Amino acid sequence: MNHVLEARDLTRYYDVSQGFFKGNATVKALNGVSFTLDAGKTLAVVGESGCGKSTLARQLTLIEPPTSGALLLEGTDAAKAGKSELQAMRTKVQMVFQNPYASLNPRQKIGDQLAEPLLINTRMSASERKDAVLSMMQRVGLRPEHYFRYPHMFSGGQRQRIAIARAMMLQPRIVVADEPTSALDVSIQAQVLNLFMDLQDEFNTAYLFISHNLAVVEHVADDVMVMYLGRAVEIGSKDTIYNRPLHPYTRALLSATPSIHPENRAIKIKIEGELPSPLNPPSGCAFHKRCPHAQERCTREEPQLRTVDAQRVACHRAEELRP
Amino acid sequence: MSLLEISNLSVQFGSEARPFNAVEGLDLSVDQGEVVGIVGESGSGKSVTMMAMMGLLEGQGRIVADQLRFDGKDLLKISARDRRKIIGKDISMIFQDPMTALNPSYTVGYQIMEVLKEHQGLRGAALKQRALELMEMVEIPAAAQRLSSYPHQLSGGMSQRVAIAMAIACKPKLLIADEPTTALDVTIQAQIMELLVSLQKSQNMALILITHDLAVVAEVAQRLAVMYAGQVAELGAVPDIFRRPFHPYTEALLSSIPEHSKGARRLNTLPGIVPGHYDRPVGCLLSPRCPYVQERCRLERPALTVDGASGVRCHFPLSAKEVK
Repeated sequence: MNHVLEARDLTRYYDVSQGFFKGNATVKALNGVSFTLDAGKTLAVVGESGCGKSTLARQLTLIEPPTSGALLLEGTDAAKAGKSELQAMRTKVQMVFQNPYASLNPRQKIGDQLAEPLLINTRMSASERKDAVLSMMQRVGLRPEHYFRYPHMFSGGQRQRIAIARAMMLQPRIVVADEPTSALDVSIQAQVLNLFMDLQDEFNTAYLFISHNLAVVEHVADDVMVMYLGRAVEIGSKDTIYNRPLHPYTRALLSATPSIHPENRAIKIKIEGELPSPLNPPSGCAFHKRCPHAQERCTREEPQLRTVDAQRVACHRAEELRP
Repeated sequence: MSLLEISNLSVQFGSEARPFNAVEGLDLSVDQGEVVGIVGESGSGKSVTMMAMMGLLEGQGRIVADQLRFDGKDLLKISARDRRKIIGKDISMIFQDPMTALNPSYTVGYQIMEVLKEHQGLRGAALKQRALELMEMVEIPAAAQRLSSYPHQLSGGMSQRVAIAMAIACKPKLLIADEPTTALDVTIQAQIMELLVSLQKSQNMALILITHDLAVVAEVAQRLAVMYAGQVAELGAVPDIFRRPFHPYTEALLSSIPEHSKGARRLNTLPGIVPGHYDRPVGCLLSPRCPYVQERCRLERPALTVDGASGVRCHFPLSAKEVK
């Protein structure tokens, strides 16, 4: 089976200055993450701020090269690719950002913004480009007269439709969506999520869907990867992760998510404290200071991702903690 | 008698010639020790209502109300000077973004003590002692050291805890929390909500929780007001309103959250968007989007009919239909 996307031990470090007299420190923003993504499927990446979600998005969209590891896009390793190869690969991965108020150019008409990817990457004529733009606009629920309008004339939900249309213009194999609905109201969020699902059915696009909202993730995902401080702590199918989460952090996230029927909640775990600084991560398991099940071993030894039951989980005590 | 009684509150912005109502004919009452949620989409008027009450719209909006009674006093009739004695003391507020709610140029200790000096006249060691107590009440670790921290040295969750400490410094009777957890991560959100609710119980405060997240309200509130385009669409007790909404808008809101349609590929949506300030329909404000719309809805704007604790603004409220 050929995956559209495969990440092997993907790593990205950043050097940060700590002040004039101190040396640089290294932030391990992404610390050895591996996963695969197939056509027409959605992998959701879940985690709190600073867990490496957005760094991962920057790697996948080939904005930055990884520090080490391999990123295979339809079999070609992006980490080793040359400049012209990279340019061709970039058309296959597109991105939708969180804030549609910032991601669209306020000085450019919608039609021009949507045509720009075609202008740069294809040899289509002007009229062909316009036809392609109009048909995509119709596809995402925009009217032809919107072609000549500017972004400020649209509501947040419509702007996000425009951003999605722009990402889909080159019919990419993968769309990386970084919190695409968290700036939107509930009823608009539902419209935009429906649009994502419809486009996936039509174009067989693979989505990497980054979100901190577990209710949204449960709706869109096929597989879920939970991240904590630059590492994947649990990966599995959506049903496994939601019904039988093994990692204490996954469980804490699930139980912290508010529900409209709180009385039905199965798992109740409270975790204390806040995310540790990525500059100075704790020894052993990065989660041990907040984990209700931490033991002496967790403070020493960093757990590796391993297969337990139907998922892969990075916890020493995964078997014992099985529900 | 209720602690807070708002009746027929309207807030108008814009010029005299071309005014628009951000809030229109709002009625709301809050009892002592009660948690009331106000839910609505952006622009529905939920924050403006509370800002009007706090006197934070001075000079911008025109505020009209039959009564805006808090603890026996009508806030619209007393002088600005008298109102300032109540605001920040008996009514206090916390905001969405803790990073911008605190003053970056002063230590958090100074900011907490400022409230205590102003309203309670504390000085010297007693002042510092009380500030420390407050920091401990909001569960800030190493509170004594943190008193001399600046806001940029604290995380979002910690800053929100400081903002809460300032808000509860004078044991307010009413605390208004405007999207207190929206800017925070999930696990921190759960911690802050738990803190707010436990403080609310221990201090017997009333809490008004403004949010767009229905699930947060379902977890903590006793009553809920759903706002749409500046009006209260529905009022009711939690969890009844979640099981059986009477207003089509409440029903649509509930069914558009992903949790509601588990397993379905598509979500239920309400077509269209909230009408803008100048294109509000003549009839019911929801009529262009309502799936149950009838002739009368387009012509005549419905009033809020209140029956006991619940109320609905609809000509044809949904009948006793169970919603999962």
